[in-house]
Amino acid sequence: MKIVMAIIKPFKLEEVRDALTAIGVHGLTVTEVKGYGRQKGHTEIYRGAEYAVSFLPKIKIEVAVGNDLVDRVVEAITATARTGQIGDGKIFVSAIEKAVRIRTGETDGDAL
Amino acid sequence: MNFKTVLRAGSTGLALAALCAGVALAQTAAPEAPAAAAAAVPNKGDTAWMLVSSLLVLFMTLPGLALFYGGLARSKNMLSVMSQITATAIVMCLIWVIYGYSLAFTSGGSLTSFIGSFSKAFLAGVTNDSTSDTFTKGVVIPEYVFICFQMTFAMITPALIVGGLVERMKFSALVLFVVLWGSFVYFPIAHMVWFSEGYLFTLGALDFAGGTVVHINAGIAALVGALVLGKRIGYGKELMTPHSLTMTFIGTAVLWVGWFGFNAGSNLEATAGAALAMINTFVATAAAGLGWLFIEWMVKGKPSLLGMLSGIVAGLVAVTPAAGLVGPMGAIVLGLVAGIVCFFFCTTVKNALGYDDSLDVFGVHGVGGIIGSIGTGIFVSPALGGVGVADYAMGAQVWKQFVAVAIAVLWSGIGSFILYKIVDVIVGLRVTSDQEREGLDIAEHGERAYNM
Repeated sequence: MKIVMAIIKPFKLEEVRDALTAIGVHGLTVTEVKGYGRQKGHTEIYRGAEYAVSFLPKIKIEVAVGNDLVDRVVEAITATARTGQIGDGKIFVSAIEKAVRIRTGETDGDAL
Repeated sequence: MNFKTVLRAGSTGLALAALCAGVALAQTAAPEAPAAAAAAVPNKGDTAWMLVSSLLVLFMTLPGLALFYGGLARSKNMLSVMSQITATAIVMCLIWVIYGYSLAFTSGGSLTSFIGSFSKAFLAGVTNDSTSDTFTKGVVIPEYVFICFQMTFAMITPALIVGGLVERMKFSALVLFVVLWGSFVYFPIAHMVWFSEGYLFTLGALDFAGGTVVHINAGIAALVGALVLGKRIGYGKELMTPHSLTMTFIGTAVLWVGWFGFNAGSNLEATAGAALAMINTFVATAAAGLGWLFIEWMVKGKPSLLGMLSGIVAGLVAVTPAAGLVGPMGAIVLGLVAGIVCFFFCTTVKNALGYDDSLDVFGVHGVGGIIGSIGTGIFVSPALGGVGVADYAMGAQVWKQFVAVAIAVLWSGIGSFILYKIVDVIVGLRVTSDQEREGLDIAEHGERAYNM
């Protein structure tokens, strides 16, 4: 079991979700986040007062999947979230020690 | 009654002064139609227009100004801005009928150049039959509607000051300040400019709808307040972006519509004079919005909505003293100049001097008001399309306008400074730094604007 955490551009969320559904992912968690990487920020001007906005809005998605699906999930996200422009985001994969479905008490693979 | 009409000002003022001769003549003050003269009956059309105008000006304050300012503040201070404006409006509403109207619009005996008396305190003597003069001889409106119309001006003027003090001033301090400022700054200036025996009225300074009384007065008080209070914590270092320009847009739109009551209503009659004020309130505003838009586009690289909105308000301010006195083409020039000059004040000058006039009350209302007041002296000229005044000479008129501006600046500047200091001693002006960081909505009011 792995958890795939990806930071993507907000407008790419629907495409990514469709692609993940297509390869058999049954659920994901989405969070609105802010941050910066190489894209840095941008400048906003209000009545001449200039503000360097260094944290840009992004979407964080988290998907828990079995080991067999991990590579395809990463591929699907990479393919759909990419625009080729700076600021497309990153994907992190880490191991899950345990998973439980709260309603039934099923664990690990059955819980995903 | 007596806003400008210099035409009648001189003669009325002199006649009354002669009559006065040291005796208190409170009962014969100008707003009363002399009982002896065949009692003029108010025209229903005029009365209806003034009833509507009063409501339009109220709408400028609530919700117009509250949304305009609130949107420019940070979300943690949204309710505090709205609370301060609402409290200012309701406090001034009551002070106005208790003694404000009396101080502004009755004769003050030996002090009548500067202030009225308490002869109409608690609206003593005002009945359904009382009337107030308009600018046309023999035409009157019910005194109650005149009181209401002027009340809305007394409500919005101190509310304008709030913009310079937001996000750090204590609510209790603000309320106390408003009571004092209304009593010692606003009522005297209103009396001086708009009452037939007031110093600036008899001088012949023109102020159709309140460029000096409302905008310069409030703009200077806000600037002094910003200096006395000091900067907000993190000013110039932290992100202090407006939390909702959507709100600011709605507020600006409400202000513009309400301003027709303010300017065209100041004609006091539903006549061509009101229509002239109306068309000027359209075109000067549009010109100022365009002026700010293009100058910002050129200097900063992008045409911004907030720029247009700021220009629109600057234009409304600038055309206020001029509304019924200049021609539409003069109003356009006035608007363009105001849009461009106010832009430089709000950006370059403010940043260079480093004061934290948070929502640019001075940059827009103070500067726009001064441009409008001086400009009125120029564009009232019949040669430039204005309606003209008796014995008009441009140089002399501009000088009178300058005197009026200088008196308003000094009176409001010095008066406000003293009042801020008094309030500071009594309740303290600023919230604590912890409260300021937390936001005044929670710290002072125990509620938040957005629960999402």
